[in-house]
Amino acid sequence: MLELKDLHAEVEGEGIEILKGVNLTVTKGEIHAIMGPNGSGKSTLAKVVAGHPEYEVTKGDILFNGESILELDPDERAHAGVFLAFQYPVEVPGVTNNTLLRESYNTIAASRGREEMDPLEFDDYIREKLDLVEMNPDFLERSVNAGFSGGEKKRNEIFQMAVLQPTLSLLDETDSGLDIDALKIVSQGINKLHGDDDAVVLITHYQRLLNYIVPDQVHVMIGGRIVKTGGKELALELEERGYDWLESLATVNGEAK
Amino acid sequence: MSETKALESMIGEDYKYGFSTDVEYEDFPKGISEDVVRLISAKKNEPEWMTEFRLKAYRAWTEMEEPSWFNATYKKPKFDTLQYYSAPKNKPKLDSLDDVDPNIRETYEKLGIPLDEQKMLSGVAVDAVFDSVSIFTTFKEKLAEAGVIFCSISEAIKNHPELVKKYMGSVVPIRDNFYAALNSAVFSDGSFCYVPKDTICPMELSTYFRINNMNSGQFERTLIIAEENSHVSYLEGCTAPMYDENQLHAAVVELIALDDAEIKYSTIQNWYAGDEDGKGGIYNFVTKRGACRGKNSKISWTQLETGSAVTLKYPSVILQGDNSVGEFFSVAVTSKRQQADTGTKMIHIGKNTKSTIISKGISAGNSNNSYRGEVKISKKAENARNYSQCDSMLIGQTCGAHTFPYIESANPTGKVEHEATTSRVGEDQIFYLQQRGISEDDAISLIVNGFCKEVLKELPMEFAVEANKLLGIKLEGSVG
Repeated sequence: MLELKDLHAEVEGEGIEILKGVNLTVTKGEIHAIMGPNGSGKSTLAKVVAGHPEYEVTKGDILFNGESILELDPDERAHAGVFLAFQYPVEVPGVTNNTLLRESYNTIAASRGREEMDPLEFDDYIREKLDLVEMNPDFLERSVNAGFSGGEKKRNEIFQMAVLQPTLSLLDETDSGLDIDALKIVSQGINKLHGDDDAVVLITHYQRLLNYIVPDQVHVMIGGRIVKTGGKELALELEERGYDWLESLATVNGEAK
Repeated sequence: MSETKALESMIGEDYKYGFSTDVEYEDFPKGISEDVVRLISAKKNEPEWMTEFRLKAYRAWTEMEEPSWFNATYKKPKFDTLQYYSAPKNKPKLDSLDDVDPNIRETYEKLGIPLDEQKMLSGVAVDAVFDSVSIFTTFKEKLAEAGVIFCSISEAIKNHPELVKKYMGSVVPIRDNFYAALNSAVFSDGSFCYVPKDTICPMELSTYFRINNMNSGQFERTLIIAEENSHVSYLEGCTAPMYDENQLHAAVVELIALDDAEIKYSTIQNWYAGDEDGKGGIYNFVTKRGACRGKNSKISWTQLETGSAVTLKYPSVILQGDNSVGEFFSVAVTSKRQQADTGTKMIHIGKNTKSTIISKGISAGNSNNSYRGEVKISKKAENARNYSQCDSMLIGQTCGAHTFPYIESANPTGKVEHEATTSRVGEDQIFYLQQRGISEDDAISLIVNGFCKEVLKELPMEFAVEANKLLGIKLEGSVG
C-alpha cells in the first residue's frame, strides 16, 4: 500500500535535511509503529507523506498503491485515501465540525465517483460515528478544535478518521495528551476502524499505546532514518533500554546523525 | 452541482461585472460651477427650494479642503474635468418597464437583477439606478397598498416635497464634509423610502447602483424615514465596468428612525477594484449616517465591502432617543492593491443608549485595510453602553491591517468595551483542511467565511448566499 524508497526531505528553502533515506513498506491490513527520540524525523515523515508544503522531497519516492504521489497536492493525496491525524490539530474558528466534515466527506466521495450525501443523510451517518469515540453530539456544532482541550482535539482527529474512512491512516502522537480513559477509548476506536483493507501507521513515544493497539511491525527512527525494525516485542525492549544502544546504528555510514 | 462547483464556474472571469453597456448619453458639460449645478437642477425640473439647497452646498464646498487624514494614498480626482451628470438619452418613462432602453434592461439581466417583477426574487423590491438616473422601481403598487413610499429621490422631490424638505440634510448637513457638500450640490438620483406609523414594510427594499459612463462620477442620495413603530429592511448593491481610469462615487445616505422604529440597512459593495497594479477602480467616498431620533428606536448597518480601489466609509448612528440602539456589522475584504479605511461612529446622546460594533477586516495581496471607529458618550447619556470587537485577518505577507479606535466619554456612568484581534491564515491551517480533502481555494473560503460568520448572519436571507460566493471569488488564488 505504502512504499517509501530512499526518501530524503528537507525544510523548503532552508536546506536542512531531515529525512535522510527512509525505506519502509506498509502492506494492506497491517499496523506499523514508528518510535524514536525527539527530533528524529517521525512527525516530518508523516507530514511529508501527506504533502506538507513546508518540506521538499530531494531524493527518493513515495509510492501509494504502486504509484508515486510526490506530484500530488495534499488534497489530492487525501482523495487517494491518505489521512493524517495531526499531532497539533489546527483551530478553524467559525467553521463547525459538521460543516467541515460534510465538505470533506463529499469532496472525497466526489473524487472517487461515490454519491455525495445531503445534510440529513450526513447527519444520520455522522451520529453513528460519534459513538465510536464516545463523543457528545453537541460537539458537531462547535467550531473545529476551537477551545477544545488537548484530549478533545485528539479524539476529534480519530472521529474525523472514522467519518472519512481513509485507506492509510498516519497517526502522529495521537496518544500524547490523553489520560488513561481517553487513551482506551481512542485505541478501541482505532482498532474498530482498522480492517483487512486499510493500514495504520502509529507514531508514538510510548510503549503504553501498543498495549491497546498491537502492531505488526515496530520501527525505530533515529537521525532521519529507520535504524531498526522488529515485532511488537521491540517496543518493550525500547521501554526498558531507551534509544542509546541504537544510536551507533544511526552513524553506520560514518555520517553524523 | 455543489456550491464549490458553482463557485468554480464563476471564477476565471475574476470581476464578472466588468462589462460596459453601449448607451447614448445626453450632452452635458464637464466640470463644475454654479451654472452646472443650476443645469442639473433644471434638467430634473426641480422646485426653487431644491436649487437653492444645491447652490448653498456648492458654495460651501468651494470653501472646503479635500480631506487627507485617512490611511490611504491615491491620485486625487480631477473635479474640474469630471462629468457630474450622466443620463442615457433614451430617457425612460418610469411607468412601464417596456419603456426602458432594452440595452439597459439587458445590463440588469446580466447582473442578475431582472427588472421584470415575475422574474425577481420574491419579496424584494428594487430601484435600479444607472449612472445618474433611476431607471425603474419595481413593486411600487404592492408597497403603496401598505402605505410605503419607495421611489427615486427625484420623484420624491416632485411628489413628496414636504418630507424631503423636512429631512434631507437633517442628518448629514451640507457642510458636514467635503464629499457630502459636493454630493449635496450635484446629486443626481438615488432612492427614497418612507414607512408610515405602525407599519412593517412587507418586503425587502433594495437599490442596485450601476456606474456605466467612463467619465462620470456617481453622486446618489438616499433618504429613508421610518415613522413611529415602523420597520424596514433595505439593501443596496453596487457594480461598475472595468476602466483604466478611476471613477468617483460619492454618495450620501440619511436614515431617520422615530419612536420605536427600526431600520436595517445592508450593503453589498462590489465596485470594480482596479487591476493587479492598482490601475483603475472606483473611489468609494460615501457619507452614511442614521439618526435614532425617537425613544426605543434602532438602526443597524451591515456591510460587506469587497470592491473599490479606495474606500472611505463610516456608517454612523446618532443615538438621540432614550433607550435607542445602534449597530454596525462589517466585513471589509481587500486584495490586489485595494485600500479600505472604514468603520463607524456611535454618538450616544440619549439615556440608556446601546451600541454594538463588530468589524471583520480581511486583507490579502498588496492591500491595506484599516478599521477606524469612534465611540462618543456625551454628558447627558446616562448609562450608555458600547461593545466593540474588531478582528483582522491577514492572508499572505504583503498586506496590511490597522485598527484606529477612538473613545471619548463625558459621562462617568458610560461603559465601553473594546476587543481587537489579528490573525493570519497560516500554511498550517490551509494544510489541515487540504489534508481533509478540501482544495486550497475552498480552504481559504471556508476559513474566511468562518471568520466573518457573525456578520454574514446579519444579512437578509435572500442575499446571504450571494455574499458567501462573493467572498470565495474575491479571495480566489490569494495565497501564492
